[in-house]
Amino acid sequence: MSHRVKDGLLLAVLRLSAVASGSLVVLVAVFLVIEAWPALSPDGAIGIGGFVSDPSWHPIEQKFNLVPMVAASLLAMGGAMLLAVPLGVASALFCSWFAPKWLATPYRRVLELLAGIPSVVYGFWGLVVLVPLIGRFQPPGASLLAGVLILAVMVLPTVALLSEAAIQNVPRNVVRGASALGLDRWSTVWRVVLPAARGGIATACLLAACRAIGETMAVLMVCGNVVQLPGGVFDPVRALTANIALEMGYAFGDHRSALFVTGLILLAVVVVLVLAAEWVGGGRVRNTAARGVANGGGRA
Amino acid sequence: MVWSAAVLVVAIFVWIVGDLLAGGLSRLSWSFLTEASLDAGRAGGIGPMIVSTALILAVCLAVSVPIGLATAVMLSEFVRRAGWLSRTVRWSLDILAGVPSIVFGLFGNVFFCQVLGLGFSIWSGGLTLACMVLPIFIRSAEVGFRSVPDAQRNAAAALAMSRFTTLWRVLLPGAMPGVIVGLVLGVGRAGAETAALIFTSGYVDRMPESLSDSGRSLSVHIFDLSMNVPGGDGNAYASALVLAFLLLVINLAAALVGARFLKGSVVNV
Repeated sequence: MSHRVKDGLLLAVLRLSAVASGSLVVLVAVFLVIEAWPALSPDGAIGIGGFVSDPSWHPIEQKFNLVPMVAASLLAMGGAMLLAVPLGVASALFCSWFAPKWLATPYRRVLELLAGIPSVVYGFWGLVVLVPLIGRFQPPGASLLAGVLILAVMVLPTVALLSEAAIQNVPRNVVRGASALGLDRWSTVWRVVLPAARGGIATACLLAACRAIGETMAVLMVCGNVVQLPGGVFDPVRALTANIALEMGYAFGDHRSALFVTGLILLAVVVVLVLAAEWVGGGRVRNTAARGVANGGGRA
Repeated sequence: MVWSAAVLVVAIFVWIVGDLLAGGLSRLSWSFLTEASLDAGRAGGIGPMIVSTALILAVCLAVSVPIGLATAVMLSEFVRRAGWLSRTVRWSLDILAGVPSIVFGLFGNVFFCQVLGLGFSIWSGGLTLACMVLPIFIRSAEVGFRSVPDAQRNAAAALAMSRFTTLWRVLLPGAMPGVIVGLVLGVGRAGAETAALIFTSGYVDRMPESLSDSGRSLSVHIFDLSMNVPGGDGNAYASALVLAFLLLVINLAAALVGARFLKGSVVNV
């Protein structure tokens, strides 16, 4: 084969692969829509309104109210973020500003290992340790709280590692400016470093939220899976993702379509979160850094 | 305050790992790793699950690595970074990376099991995982290709090497660390996956006879033992320990290769 033919072939293969990988997400969306369509179409059995106005989730009786499960997913995610963001950002600061060097590296390693533990193992640990522990104070134990705690531990490494990268990316000059102004470590961190890394930290949080809302196994194993609007953190709930995993095995007809609708909802939420993360992180980081030093310097 | 957060995180880590070790270590033995499971998994070992997991991973990598490599080369070498093709592909890969695994499970169930007629099989599971792993692998491989200094590309061009030879003899060796990191991260993600496998590769806990057989992965085994089999906790502990240990090793390997990679690229630049 001559060079030219070989190179032409190579380029064709490369281009084809790139287009194939690029269109995969479209393929996923198209198949979800096709399968969900019988439930979504206006003249179908459910229609979009049914998912909000039906009295309950009893697929066998053709009742498909998704509101309690959407609420459960959002509450679990929100609660987890509430715990994971402060802990994660503190961990990132610990690594890059407070810990002596010999401690920072092992600590980072611990975070990486936490990120590597699979979600079934988190779920299993939650099931055999956390749920009985909560159950001792507030039976039954399998509850929204258990889900929030497990999710918080699971997304903590994402927040911490990505925030640390953002903090490391704060330009040296900004930090030198702060020390030239005689700021102590706390003021430097609070007034200069954190504002400058704001964009990166927000991206980290959005990606972590993405992971929390899509998480299935851990939530499925510790939340108790009762379809209801929780009255408190000790009530059992069922998340959207858990519902798919529980019912996909035996669902058919409208019920199956309804599960694909939940899949579409999850996909839509993720698209919004990822786009938001890119919008927050892209190109604006440098501007915030400049503003950070102006503000920090001014106030000091 | 920052210190107390760090102490808390380490304490949680020690608690989880300690608990897994305490519950699982006493049950681990060579026969547990090789024997078939008995009595719905309460007794016996995890031999078939380890084989199924390995086969699913093999299918996943056999598909995702060539396509991923080709995409990474395309994105880093042959298109302008700000061009529309590169932006669109990168954008769609970022979304793909965020898609929840259960949604991949739904997709795999329709597309691979039903439309392509593969049924509940190791093929379906592996192909579904390939879709999941692709964005992670591409991103890391692309960083690898970008870390090859331009001087080497120019030198190859000056020697009148064809594009194919340049790619094979110059770029690929230079990008190897990035490719390996991507590979290891992908294996880590695929090995940990459960939700996408339940409805694609299935539940059957026999030893798979071919790739068209259903095979239960280790992760699905842990889930099934702890949720659906009363009295399965003991073996679930041991299986969780095995899986967590395998993945920790994989992650450490990625961290080590990654650290060397970073050092290398600093020297080159």
